[in-house]
Amino acid sequence: MFEALSFPFIQNALIAGILVSLASGIIGSLIVVNRMVFLAGGIAHTAYGGIGVAVFLGIPIFLGASIFAIAAALIISVITLKHRERMDTFIGLMWAIGMALGVVLIDLTPGYNADFMSYLFGSILAVSQNDLYFMGGLLAVIVLILTFWYREVLAVSYDSEYANLRGINVRFFYTLILVLSALTVVVAIKVVGLILVIALLTIPVYIAEKMSNTLYMMMILSGIFSSIFTLAGLWFSYEYDIASGASIILISAVSLFVFLTFNRFR
Amino acid sequence: MSIIEIKNLSFSYDKQKILENINLNVEEKDFLAIIGPNGGGKSTLLKLILGINMVKDGSIHTFGEVPKKNLSKIGYVPQNTNVNTDFPIKVIEVVLMGHIGTKRPLFGYAKEETMCAMGALAQVGMEKFADAKIGSLSGGQRQRVMIARALCAHPQILILDEPTSSIDVDGQKQIYELLKVLNSYITIIVVSHDVSVIMKYANKVVHINKKLTYHDMRGQNTTTLNQCNHFCEVELFNKFREVK
Repeated sequence: MFEALSFPFIQNALIAGILVSLASGIIGSLIVVNRMVFLAGGIAHTAYGGIGVAVFLGIPIFLGASIFAIAAALIISVITLKHRERMDTFIGLMWAIGMALGVVLIDLTPGYNADFMSYLFGSILAVSQNDLYFMGGLLAVIVLILTFWYREVLAVSYDSEYANLRGINVRFFYTLILVLSALTVVVAIKVVGLILVIALLTIPVYIAEKMSNTLYMMMILSGIFSSIFTLAGLWFSYEYDIASGASIILISAVSLFVFLTFNRFR
Repeated sequence: MSIIEIKNLSFSYDKQKILENINLNVEEKDFLAIIGPNGGGKSTLLKLILGINMVKDGSIHTFGEVPKKNLSKIGYVPQNTNVNTDFPIKVIEVVLMGHIGTKRPLFGYAKEETMCAMGALAQVGMEKFADAKIGSLSGGQRQRVMIARALCAHPQILILDEPTSSIDVDGQKQIYELLKVLNSYITIIVVSHDVSVIMKYANKVVHINKKLTYHDMRGQNTTTLNQCNHFCEVELFNKFREVK
């Protein structure tokens, strides 16, 4: 086990796991309290179209995925404003079209044989130095933005109608939360893959919600739980030679089950 | 000058007429009750006064200006405070939302803001619960917190939408007693179904069902309790007819 820590790719994986866990703990809290889980799913799957475009054009994967994810976030923001009652239909559409586009473009890319499963289920052991900069930068941006606008984000999340009456630009903050979610989803795809992203954004958050009196406490606890699950999942995957993304999610799910059982009989 | 002046106001969603030719003046320190059936336009009228919906036909002036200009002078307590009770937020944070966002410090809340919020909580008798999670309160306690949030901005008018619709009888009475105290220096507008309760407190009653019917309750014996101490709404409505 410990000799594994000397490999650079394992070190990168551990750092990436912690950075992404902290980001997804913070943003996952916002997604859960704003009831945006399905939206985040839509964004994750739409991002796959961006991965396809990036592979096809030979540009960095994070760039392609980020552009698609942000575009999806902006479209959702507009739909929420104009056709709220049709929201689920539109998100379902984006979800499927994004995936289809990604699959077709990767098929069309000449000589591309890379394992496209890695985007569906994560490839944390293939994290590069540049990926780490992107993850670290995103976490820093998230922390800065939320420290500065915490009270506005809290007000919009808790009671958007009232926040609007107090002169807070609800649309701006709603869109901001969506865009930050989109970017977090993109980095989380690297760790657990786009199919499992939702679990990473919700399971630790759900446990933290039950134990928190305030939103920032929920964010901190979610980040900590998420880090623990991710590191435990990585160890599990290394030890038994199984897929890392799925290990992380299963460890989280088992922890949730234990927590709920314990909570019930307490 | 009336602090709210509504003249020849009509409003429709799409093609459906919700309000028709409404005229209403609210004076300082009025306690106005707005009653009427569901879908009769009560909440729409509130949204127009609060500037959430735009006036197209007729006019509304609050403090002599269009509603958007004077939002800071109006405190609002929305309907249905029982939603989102899982939300991890402390009572004091909910109250702090009441401050206007303009003079905020760079991070978090200013000391004066927190003190003001504690003061508002004390006014509604909830200061002991400042650090409690909002979801752990009863419906009536939560409603008082929402009133504190509205009071935080030192409003001259307090507007409440169905404040007691999901609260037990004791809680309702506490809310109305609190409003009565506040009414000594704040104008109060309450939308309510609880006709029986509100009659004891309001000095003006308007009934809205597309059109507005006005009842001045001053000088009226509104404690319409009959011999078996039962409040009879039929007697009350008969009384309305006399007032008209």
